[in-house]
Amino acid sequence: MAGGHAHPLHLARDSAVHRLPAEVKIVAVLLFTVVVVITPRAEFAAFAGYAALLAAVAAAARVPLPWLAKRATIELPFVLLAVALPFAGHGERVTWLGMSLSVDGLYGAWNIFAKGTLGVVASLLLAATTTMRDLILGLDRLRCPRVFTQIATFMLRYMDILADDARRMRIARLSRGYDPRFLWQVKAFAVSVGALFLRAFERGERVYLAMVARGYTGRLPRPEGADASATQWAASALLPAAAAGIAVAAVLR
Amino acid sequence: MNVEAMHIANGIVNGPVSGAFAALAVLALAVCVWRGRADLDDRLAPMAGLVAAFIFAVQMLNFQVLPGVSGHLLGGTLAAILVGPWVGALCVSTVLVIQCLLFADGGLTALGLNITNMALLGTAAGYLLVAGLLRLLPRTPTGLAATAFVASVASVVISSQGFVLEYWLGGTTRLSLPTISLTMAGVHVLIGIGEGLIAGTTVATVSRVRPDLVYALRRFRAVPRPAAAPTPATVAGGAA
Repeated sequence: MAGGHAHPLHLARDSAVHRLPAEVKIVAVLLFTVVVVITPRAEFAAFAGYAALLAAVAAAARVPLPWLAKRATIELPFVLLAVALPFAGHGERVTWLGMSLSVDGLYGAWNIFAKGTLGVVASLLLAATTTMRDLILGLDRLRCPRVFTQIATFMLRYMDILADDARRMRIARLSRGYDPRFLWQVKAFAVSVGALFLRAFERGERVYLAMVARGYTGRLPRPEGADASATQWAASALLPAAAAGIAVAAVLR
Repeated sequence: MNVEAMHIANGIVNGPVSGAFAALAVLALAVCVWRGRADLDDRLAPMAGLVAAFIFAVQMLNFQVLPGVSGHLLGGTLAAILVGPWVGALCVSTVLVIQCLLFADGGLTALGLNITNMALLGTAAGYLLVAGLLRLLPRTPTGLAATAFVASVASVVISSQGFVLEYWLGGTTRLSLPTISLTMAGVHVLIGIGEGLIAGTTVATVSRVRPDLVYALRRFRAVPRPAAAPTPATVAGGAA
């Protein structure tokens, strides 16, 4: 079985940010993102300030910037949409390098690029410093309905089962003389997807019934010393508070 | 023009509209939690987790639809067939929340929009179509697969039009609406076909081997469910 419940974006380090409980980090990222999104798009200085804040958090969390930059490319499709906007937008137009660009479209492109990137980087920092199990515990402590945390817990358990079973089935096919080529894999995939689903379910059902037999009631046991301290809340409030300060300063200026 | 290959990011739709849809999503999910709790018995709880994991896995499968345009599966119909509309919407929402928090896929402030499109619209449309079609089509594995296919295509296109509506209400830049609507619909018909094939094969296999696991067939079952689980017909290799 796969070891632990790390996820691809988790960066195992030991830093002050990693040690913060998940719930305070979730709240901090949420508030920070809200501040970023409601900032008027023409306040360029404010966005530079937000970027500096995130860089400070990344340094505190010992997350290297190239690591962040590489993972932020998930945003690329929306950046491409942003590039199309100045050409497709309506209203007043300016000429730049011989191209006629819409002013509204240019602002729109900047808006999507700046807010999208800041949001993605903030989420990446949360993901890099939080394991999946901690995240679910954090959501549980934030009074997230138990149905959600229960589904999320099982989802986490089943993702490993699905990946492992898919690998086993592939090895089984290969050892029976199956020769996968690029497009030819599609057929085997289609045939095995239903079987994979059932195998994973039956495997997981046994685990679930074993958990129920051992007293599972829909909630994982919480580790002792559960709740976040006031200091931890204060530490994580630095990010959204600083962002809000920048936003207010930029708007009042 | 490149159409979203991921969920809606921050800053695509303005603050007030995002907020309004977040409130709508919270309300609708509260109803789902309330109605879903009755459904979530010992059999459905692990199933809901598996459906969520499955949707998570297939959503990572971005496939190229046209040059420069890729899309991913949504999974609302599959969830509605296997675990019912209430728990199904909760499954898709859970996937979206985890993707947003741990995989930076989809903006945190756009979560309400994404949940409305994919979890609420997608699952509701899928379930209504499935419930309607199952009255007409034979309730065999093949009939169920056909139902899953048709409902998937329709629900994916309806989900994509949810984005068009949100963009019309609060898009941060004015674009011509019919163009977006048609592009989104066109791309999502193709995505829907891919999704329909996966949902169809999965549902057909499950209903052939373990029909007791298919929520959409529950109403049509004549005999009460036996107390003991039937012997698994598939062979699971080794111990769990």
